[in-house]
Amino acid sequence: MTHYFITDIDGVYVLIFSLLIGIEVIKNVPAILHTPLMSGANAISGIILIGAVIQVLSVPETAYFELTLASFAIVLATINISGGFFVTYRMLSMFTTTKK
Amino acid sequence: MELLINSAFLVSAIGFILGLKLMGKPSQAKLGNSIAALGMIIAIATTAFMVIGGAPKITNIIFLFSALTAGTLIGRYMAFNAEMTGMPQLVSLFNAFGGASAVLISINEAVIQTEQTPLINFLLVVGAVLGGMSFTGSIIAYFKLEKNVNISNLKLIKFLSLFIFVIIIVSLLMYFSVRFNGLSFLIFICAMSMLSLIYGVVFTIPIGGADMPVLVSFLNAITGVATAFSGLAFNSPIMLIGGILVGATGVFLTFQMCSAMNRSLRVVLAGKIKSAGSSSSSEMEIQTITPVETASLLAFSNKIAIIPGYGMAVAQAQQACFELQKNLMAKGASVTYIIHPVAGRMPGHMNVLLAEAKVEYHMIKDMDEVNDTMEQFDICIVIGANDVVNPAAEDDPESVIYGMPIIKAYLSNQVIVMKRGMAAGYSGAENPLLGRQNCKLLFGDAKESLSRILDEIKRI
Repeated sequence: MTHYFITDIDGVYVLIFSLLIGIEVIKNVPAILHTPLMSGANAISGIILIGAVIQVLSVPETAYFELTLASFAIVLATINISGGFFVTYRMLSMFTTTKK
Repeated sequence: MELLINSAFLVSAIGFILGLKLMGKPSQAKLGNSIAALGMIIAIATTAFMVIGGAPKITNIIFLFSALTAGTLIGRYMAFNAEMTGMPQLVSLFNAFGGASAVLISINEAVIQTEQTPLINFLLVVGAVLGGMSFTGSIIAYFKLEKNVNISNLKLIKFLSLFIFVIIIVSLLMYFSVRFNGLSFLIFICAMSMLSLIYGVVFTIPIGGADMPVLVSFLNAITGVATAFSGLAFNSPIMLIGGILVGATGVFLTFQMCSAMNRSLRVVLAGKIKSAGSSSSSEMEIQTITPVETASLLAFSNKIAIIPGYGMAVAQAQQACFELQKNLMAKGASVTYIIHPVAGRMPGHMNVLLAEAKVEYHMIKDMDEVNDTMEQFDICIVIGANDVVNPAAEDDPESVIYGMPIIKAYLSNQVIVMKRGMAAGYSGAENPLLGRQNCKLLFGDAKESLSRILDEIKRI
């Protein structure tokens, strides 16, 4: 596989810091924004797509089974991502027009 | 080169964090959403750029782009064509797609990888199991939100759920400690994925309909954790960061929702269903009211409170509600919307609907802001809400919802509850409010009732 840039201990650091940042960032969010926030976070979880992108680009050109499987995974994850962001956008648009 | 790629990933990670941060502030939420989306695009482009490297394979790139385009278009279509009332379902459905993707990626990796290490295999299996559980769990949540499903044999399902959970844990431990050399990893991961798919179903079914928002948030967090495990397996920091961020925010939101309902996550997930309250509806004497009478009551009230619930969403009554409010205000009355933190099927669900109907932001009050002064209202109109105004939560220790904070609608001079029938609320608890002296019931579809009241008000 292609080589990436973290060692095991870096991974642990990243894990713990992300955890702390995640909790810190969404503290004190007003209840009105919970649904958009959940949907936005849901869109971000579609980052799993990266794994499929790596697969689809690194397998041999003739490995159709792997290519198809990875492409299908990409379609699903992309629906999660684009749907999530668009629907969050839609919800938030409603709030902002009525605010003024 | 490495520096450039790493910097790009760093930028996209900052995009996620900044995006989530801004999404917590009403005025900047939209910007936050765009920043997070931008971070996502950078991450995808950088990964593609990095893997393609110097040797582009045309077929693979075609596969990548067609899949990306198809996914984006489908997602966009779904997002813009869904009813605003169906928002919780949609989030749940999107989450299901993410979970399914996690399963496929793990299995595919098991097919592709040439050298196997126990650690990578372990990460892949855990990613697949969590993804599978989140996939079927979200699908079930979707159907439960869409329609109230009733399953009779809960005991068997709970037993099954525990049974499969134990099998998954034991198989994981066995496989990675004893190491069956004969069993190929591919077969193992497929079997475990199948089990997790079944587990997602049996895990979700016993959970009560009223707890679905908590469940959706929880499953969302699970998908995040699945992503994080895959991130470790792929050795990709950005996947790890994104996954953990979602996991952390998801768990935190889950706890916040639980505390709003005054229940613990453990109780929610155990799907504990107590029998309904001690009093039965037959003992209650209820008073009904017609739309015309309601209209005249409203016309002579100065301070009016509107308490919306899921029924308003179902009847699509938010627009009619807004019209009524405008007319009442034109007659000089003051109107306040009071929203319970868990009204509807998701926190903020009611706010979204009212915002859609263009109700002004400052007219919407949180439960805590007005609860101490509920006596000031001449009349409270409860539209399709039940459990959130149920006084049994305060004085009946036998009730399922005992201990949940409620809007003290019963303190106002007159309460009018719009309902379709005598059915209990989503929790299944009896509502003694309906039997109180100052409470009248207006049966019928909320939208229809509202428009009839409106016609009458215009005539007065």
